[in-house]
Amino acid sequence: MSQESIPEGGRLNRAPGARSIGKVLHAMGVRPRLAVILIPYLWLVFFFLVPFGIVLKISFAKLAIAQPPFTPLFVCTDTTITSLWTCFFSGKLDLQPTLAAYGYLFHEPLYFKAYWNSVQTAFWSTIFCLLIGYPMAYGMARSSATVRNALLMLIVLPFWTSFLIRVYAWIGLLKTNGVINNILGSFGILDLLSWAGIHDGPLNMMNTQFAVYIGIIYSYLPFMILPLYANLEKMDLTLLEAANDLGCKPLKAFFLITVPLSFPGIVAGSMLVFIPAVGEYVIPELLGGSNTVMIGRELYNVFSQNRDWPSASAIAIMVLVLLVVPITFYQYYQNKESEAGK
Amino acid sequence: MSKRLSWFIILMMVLGYLFLYGPIFSLIFFSFNASKLVTVWGGFSTQWYSALWNDQPVITAFLLSLRIAVLSSTVATILGTIAGYVLARFGAFGGRTVFSGMVTAPLVMPEVITGLSMLLLFVSMQEMFGWPTRGFTTITLAHITFTMSYIAVVMQSRFSTLDISLEEAAQDLGAKPLKVFFVITLPIVAPAIVSGFLLGFTISIDDLVITSFTSGPGANTLPMVIFSKVRLGLNPEINALASLIIAVVATGVIISTIYMAQAEKRRQRDMQMAVQANE
Repeated sequence: MSQESIPEGGRLNRAPGARSIGKVLHAMGVRPRLAVILIPYLWLVFFFLVPFGIVLKISFAKLAIAQPPFTPLFVCTDTTITSLWTCFFSGKLDLQPTLAAYGYLFHEPLYFKAYWNSVQTAFWSTIFCLLIGYPMAYGMARSSATVRNALLMLIVLPFWTSFLIRVYAWIGLLKTNGVINNILGSFGILDLLSWAGIHDGPLNMMNTQFAVYIGIIYSYLPFMILPLYANLEKMDLTLLEAANDLGCKPLKAFFLITVPLSFPGIVAGSMLVFIPAVGEYVIPELLGGSNTVMIGRELYNVFSQNRDWPSASAIAIMVLVLLVVPITFYQYYQNKESEAGK
Repeated sequence: MSKRLSWFIILMMVLGYLFLYGPIFSLIFFSFNASKLVTVWGGFSTQWYSALWNDQPVITAFLLSLRIAVLSSTVATILGTIAGYVLARFGAFGGRTVFSGMVTAPLVMPEVITGLSMLLLFVSMQEMFGWPTRGFTTITLAHITFTMSYIAVVMQSRFSTLDISLEEAAQDLGAKPLKVFFVITLPIVAPAIVSGFLLGFTISIDDLVITSFTSGPGANTLPMVIFSKVRLGLNPEINALASLIIAVVATGVIISTIYMAQAEKRRQRDMQMAVQANE
């Protein structure tokens, strides 16, 4: 790092603020930039990056009846030495990785099913969020300033209330004797369905994949709307006027100009929905019943019920492998956006 | 924008907001239901609110959640503000990509993965150093780590839209850099710091999955208690609790929205007056 002690006037256009705080610490005799960077950097390395290393390590261990419940990855060949450090320096440390946990995942069809079902559910939920969220974000961005602030507040509000409670609210709506069935019943729609031979009795929505879809779309819709809104709001409307002047129909202009320009917003919103939805635990647990298998839920169950830490770690690694591409994609667009904003 | 919105957009917005708010209103409505069968109306009653008031485990859990949320969001606000400052103002530095990756990744990372990895870290730490014991400490450390990402993103966008000329003016007038930071920069971004803190607080007090992983025996937070009750099905007491939470949050959000709008107006007026005074 050679940039810590930039002479006065150097790199004027790059980071003026860095100079001000830099000078402070410089006066205090600290290598300025480095010190400021290191505080959050080290925290994140230790509490975010290192844990993934540990997950990776344990995914190569084997389940054992012990405390913690897995075989050690590093084994000392000399059993008289108890300290790992002493063992390491005496050169008797042996690495014993095993693929047992991964093998178990590949041989158990349940996990493949859960994995595939999670990806599918997350994908279609993202599509539905986009289809519902885009017109809403568009309408918000094109409203007058006062209305826009109120509408924005109404989108943000559910985000501040408890996620768990919002999922819980759907139990009351979807249950067999829940609100939706009661309303349909009192309007005679259930009788109509039964008379037409389509469906007998109250609709069975709770503990189905449908309920999981509803829960995910409902919970993640604000995450789709907010980046879309932020993008659509700052769009240059003169482009649409120009297209109109040149004889382009509004609908065509929408698909040729608005949609392509809002692409970064679409990507950001979709990733904010898709990535967490793949690993969703609470929604399938509360709304999906026992027949919907999703990978986040399996991970939790394997961990807390079976106490099989290596398999849980292996599942985590497999999900991460799947999510590396969308996460990188998301960060790439985020960086591009924040640079464009400067 | 003067152009009228098409009927399709208006219809979608009406349906969308109904979709977002219908369940919440239904939840609040049935919290006043006398019947124990939550969704079958049995007359008006506030009995579930008084039942909640006497539910000791819920109150204990709430106080624990409150302590964790205050402590973790305070630390996370400090760390997140520094991280946001670094990302917005420091330009390129070695390891910037890794840093910004570590800041934004927790925002999208599935919670089960973050929770598992944190727990395994704490277990390893305990094995090596005998610290920390699982419970309050581990939950707080985990919450600091993932809420700080949200705060860093808020602060980054605030710092990068900040007008540097004020700081430069103060510096030109002879203010020491440290003074510039605390007298000029910090007061300007203070509203963002407050909203960052509140965001961190809300996320911390609401978190279930990461908390369940990192919690230890006896340390049950409010979401954990709610979840264990809700798993068994509908519970009128939870409706009452949920309504209270929603009422508090809604009041807070509405007040802060109005306050922010007014503060922004005042700031712009002051700046205009300052410009006029100079002319």
